[in-house]
Amino acid sequence: MSQRLIFEVGKPGRKGHSLPRCDVPVRGIEEIVPEEYLRSSDPELPQVSEVDAIRHFTALSRLNYGVDNGFYPLGSCTMKYNPKINEDVSRLAGFSGVHPALLDCAVQGCLELLYRTDLLLAEITGMARVSLQPAAGAHGELSGLMIMRANHEQNKEEQRKKIIIPDTAHGTNPASAAMVGYEVIEVKTDSRGNIDPAELRQLMSEEVAGLMLTNPSTLGLFEENIIEVAEIVHDSGGLLYYDGANLNAIMGITRPGDMGFDIVHLNLHKTFSTPHGGGGPGSGPVGVKKELVPFLPTPVIQYRNGQYMRDYEQPLSIGQVKSFYGNFAVVAKAYAYIMSMGAKGLRNVSKTAVLNANYLMNKLKEHFYLPYERTCMHEFVLSGQTQKEKGVSTLDMAKRMMDYGFHPPTVYFPLIVKEAMMFEPTETENREVLDEVAEILIRIAREVEESPELVKGAPYRTPIGRLDEVKAVREPILKWTPPRKNNE
Amino acid sequence: MFGYMSGTDSEKKTMLTEMGYQSMDQLFHDIPAKVRLIRDLELPTSLSEMELAGHMKALAKRNVTTEEYSCFLGAGAYDHYIPSAVDHIISRSEFYTAYTPYQPEVSQGTLQAIFEYQTMVCELTGMDVANASVYDGATAIAEAANMAGRITRNKEIVISRTVNPQYRKTMHTYARFNGQRIVEADYQKGATDVAELESKINSETAVIIIQNPNFFGAIENVKEIAALAAKHNILLITSVDPISLGVLKPPGELGADIVVGEGQSMGNPLNFGGPYLGFFAAKEKYLRQMPGRIVGQTVDGKGNTGFVLTMQTREQHIRREKATSNICSNQALNALAATVYLTLMGKQGLREVASLCLQKAHYAYSKLTETTIFTPCFPQPFFKEFIVKSRYPLNELNHKLLKHGIIGGYDLGSDYPELENCWLLAVTEKRGREEIDLMVKKAVETA
Repeated sequence: MSQRLIFEVGKPGRKGHSLPRCDVPVRGIEEIVPEEYLRSSDPELPQVSEVDAIRHFTALSRLNYGVDNGFYPLGSCTMKYNPKINEDVSRLAGFSGVHPALLDCAVQGCLELLYRTDLLLAEITGMARVSLQPAAGAHGELSGLMIMRANHEQNKEEQRKKIIIPDTAHGTNPASAAMVGYEVIEVKTDSRGNIDPAELRQLMSEEVAGLMLTNPSTLGLFEENIIEVAEIVHDSGGLLYYDGANLNAIMGITRPGDMGFDIVHLNLHKTFSTPHGGGGPGSGPVGVKKELVPFLPTPVIQYRNGQYMRDYEQPLSIGQVKSFYGNFAVVAKAYAYIMSMGAKGLRNVSKTAVLNANYLMNKLKEHFYLPYERTCMHEFVLSGQTQKEKGVSTLDMAKRMMDYGFHPPTVYFPLIVKEAMMFEPTETENREVLDEVAEILIRIAREVEESPELVKGAPYRTPIGRLDEVKAVREPILKWTPPRKNNE
Repeated sequence: MFGYMSGTDSEKKTMLTEMGYQSMDQLFHDIPAKVRLIRDLELPTSLSEMELAGHMKALAKRNVTTEEYSCFLGAGAYDHYIPSAVDHIISRSEFYTAYTPYQPEVSQGTLQAIFEYQTMVCELTGMDVANASVYDGATAIAEAANMAGRITRNKEIVISRTVNPQYRKTMHTYARFNGQRIVEADYQKGATDVAELESKINSETAVIIIQNPNFFGAIENVKEIAALAAKHNILLITSVDPISLGVLKPPGELGADIVVGEGQSMGNPLNFGGPYLGFFAAKEKYLRQMPGRIVGQTVDGKGNTGFVLTMQTREQHIRREKATSNICSNQALNALAATVYLTLMGKQGLREVASLCLQKAHYAYSKLTETTIFTPCFPQPFFKEFIVKSRYPLNELNHKLLKHGIIGGYDLGSDYPELENCWLLAVTEKRGREEIDLMVKKAVETA
């Protein structure tokens, strides 16, 4: 059941726009712009009416699955419900129609919102200040590691060019580290899912800039040795970086700053309920302890003499990491979320997220292999290795989940668990949903025993079947080509 | 306010008991007591939905907006008209509450829309391949420079000073840590000085970076600069205003190797600077060095056409530190807005928008330069943005215009000391003749 491409829908002459007449004296375009600079033919954009466009994109939307459609336990992505009021208030004309290059005096509302969010996030994480400029989690990591390196350079420790990252880390961690010129050293996770302090101690040296840690880790487990880990890193002059992907487990319960972290990035599109948009926009604020504040990206928003202002006078700053001041409208949604939840609400979010994850894990652990038998935090990782022995992979089971109307968990991650399935139910869900999901997964486990071929052929009820990804790579078709061009 | 969580207290208690826990706190026993927070976070008291709406409206009221003011400010973000249908589509929650389309069977909507977006970006720019977007115009250039470094294995970047100062600042930030060197080439009469540009090229040069129309609004001689890049066997990155491509020649036809730009103008509100989107396109031979997500067409077991994320061995979740970029989340919903915008504008509409901008900008330019207060600055042809030199200090002028409901132009003096009192104005299709006349009148009266 494929939907035609928008390019195949239109007819010459159809249009979906309505523009004002030109009310200034019209000059010949060649008079204004030399002909050699002008386009010789119009771009092959669609030619459709507004109703054609609306029906096309509405049809496409119906091939999608979002949090509003149902359970979305994508681990480490925190697919919680996105409150509707936050969409409304972030779209107020008083925000959406504000030009970013306006004078400070004309944008006091926007600056106040940014300043307040900065301080709220600082309190939640135990940091001194937070820059809202980074556009996404990976961009926050990049900015945070730039701050780390700038700090070491300022301290005349340019030789610190190595960074320690656990084998459970998100791929963005090593990729961001490479972009700031760091060499990545991997530290292994022990059988309880912690970093082995003895190994860490051996890896530390005067060449190590710091340690990047996700806590709780991508195994959904709290780093039990965190105090010792922080001491080891600090004792040898390194900094501790907190990947905030999993902050949803600990709000109001513990803070990265109190655990000893020096730099934190957050994913507002995870913990703070801003929608993921099918892959963005996100927002990846980076927060730091007091000593590192001078290195934050510019501009820093300040409040002086009763006025909010953009401060570019930060000589040690790493500089700008993108245009303007971040994904403002995303920040506005996160701000609205924090304001509507308050301290007790956020703690309740984390407690409920952890409760839900443990509840689902307990229901499933007899039916799937659980590699780390501990109380989990907001997510947990199962292995499909028992089912794999029957010839059915984790991917097959994930596809089968779709037939029952649920989004699958994150699969094959973290890399250290074979046939991994990482579930993050979030605080949004209630007991009935979790019971239903557990029942379906147990049914799938039974299907693996009784009729493995059924699971291997899934999904059956989605708009399209399993797609040939190898063909997509071998014979890349990355855009639509008009038929006439094919004949040429 | 706990309306976003569906479980009740008694239900949660039962769940705990069933698992053999006595209290919620027991779930957190792995967290050492020493690092536990023993107080509430110091946050404002939670607001009800109604209170929240009131609070946000009060903040929003303290901003000057293009809704109520007549905007002549551009400098990288533009007040173009956004058809109503755009927001209706991107407000469909099947689109905006979905994650990155890792599971293609339940993500064909997002995937097909990205495929259509990639096609449109290629059409506009005249390039072979496009990705699913990067964060914005500034990071698009920084990513493109990295890519050029990988392709040529050279470390030096020559960038024209007519490129948006914020893009250059962002590049300098990236380069400080990734080992690239940036050399800036000056301009002459408002456009890149090609002789100066050539003098900066050496055996270490990877790429030339220009912007067209440039930050001053002027149209650059891209073809001449592309020939220069070809002569020295280095790459050319061009950052473009997508709206200008309704009338201007696509950079692909002029010889660019990588084309990037700020896509905000295509259906995305000003939003005080974001979220916007960076579009990113290149020649096919550079496909495997591209950053970001790419969607490809394929088939399912029954031969039905479908779409998947492809060429993923370039990406961080597979290649980790050897990836072409660290980018994961991009600006998917903004790219969807751009796709709907380009669909509605269509083949003729984009040319119409571009022509309206061009005509109105030239009208405003001639009206301003007819006065005794403003004089022409540069002789170059321009598109929707231009510079005039003011006899009156710009900071005061802009403050006074605000009192008349007018958002004046950008003061170039802060980024270009030699351009003190040079005023960069943008005129989009939204400005009517009366607004332009009023702006000129008030500017003259003020001065």
